Amino acid sequence: MIGALAVLLTFQLVGEIAIRWSGVPVPGPVIGMLLLFLTLHWRKSLPASLRATAETLLSHLSLLFIPAGVGIVRYGALLAEEWLAVTVALVLSTLITVAVTALVMQTVIRWRRGAPRDG
Amino acid sequence: MDRIFIDIWVYLAASPLLWLTLTLAVYLVGQWLFRRSGGRALFNPVALAITLLVLLLLLTDTPYSTYFTGAQFIHFLLGPATVALAVPLYLHWERVRQLALPILAGLLVGSLTAILSAMGIAKLLGGSPRILLSLAPKSVTTPVAMGIAEKIGGLPSLTAVLVILTGVIGAVAAPALLDWLRIRDNAVKGLAIGVAAHGIGTARAMQISSLAGAFAGLAIGLNALLTALLVPLIVRLLHLTP
Repeated sequence: MIGALAVLLTFQLVGEIAIRWSGVPVPGPVIGMLLLFLTLHWRKSLPASLRATAETLLSHLSLLFIPAGVGIVRYGALLAEEWLAVTVALVLSTLITVAVTALVMQTVIRWRRGAPRDG
Repeated sequence: MDRIFIDIWVYLAASPLLWLTLTLAVYLVGQWLFRRSGGRALFNPVALAITLLVLLLLLTDTPYSTYFTGAQFIHFLLGPATVALAVPLYLHWERVRQLALPILAGLLVGSLTAILSAMGIAKLLGGSPRILLSLAPKSVTTPVAMGIAEKIGGLPSLTAVLVILTGVIGAVAAPALLDWLRIRDNAVKGLAIGVAAHGIGTARAMQISSLAGAFAGLAIGLNALLTALLVPLIVRLLHLTP
């Protein structure tokens, strides 16, 4: 487990260095994810301990957002002032985005399945 | 007697230990309630945990910075957890490769929809430019969204809060909405939840299936890239300033 954590942290570190060096506007961990994926893909094997640690961490992903979420406590006044615009925008925009993304992806899948050359 | 309680509280309130422990405890309570409710109710463990902790901070008059000295150890794990998303992506790569075109189409339209609908609706309801700019990157993962907000003149720490609220809304409402739309493909469900509701949505998608989780994780990474490119462009085209 410690070995697997060290692997994850190493890829994150490499990702952080890479974005600072290249100036790409993406967070380091996303580059770390990409590099780890490429490494696994190239090796064509996934160590059992890495799989177990990654799956444990990901099954508690929602826990990791709590500290930043509690930060809402600092914006009580500002949010109270504009609560209507913020609430409606967040709820509607999130629902519309889920629906539009799913329908577009579904439509393209069906369209390709229906295309004669794909049979 | 009172003296002792006050001394203990003075120690605890300022130590990272108390707030770290409370964050874990409140999360476990939320998990337990979620499981007891059959995992179906309109109820989200993250939202519950955040509400309880906010009430606690307000009741005890504890500043957020004190809370964060303890909670930062959990916050830090967001980095390695993001890297860990490579694992489900690797395990489901064959399916991702087959669906490359539908994924890119859904991602591009979804990302634009997330940005423009949030800004448009807030604008219609009289939101200030500062709110509009802080809302624009709301569908991407916290660190990226904060970076984008900073670049375009929003308030990064407000954006972090809006991002989390977006995630909670997506996690609570998306599965029911997708069922209502008769979407049955877990790959489609996962991508839609990931594009709209980043990591908190992904946590929910993981509960639908490992495949849905893999597509949600993929969506976080791709949407982070795309939104970082699109938002500054849109802000420039609309001539928005804080």
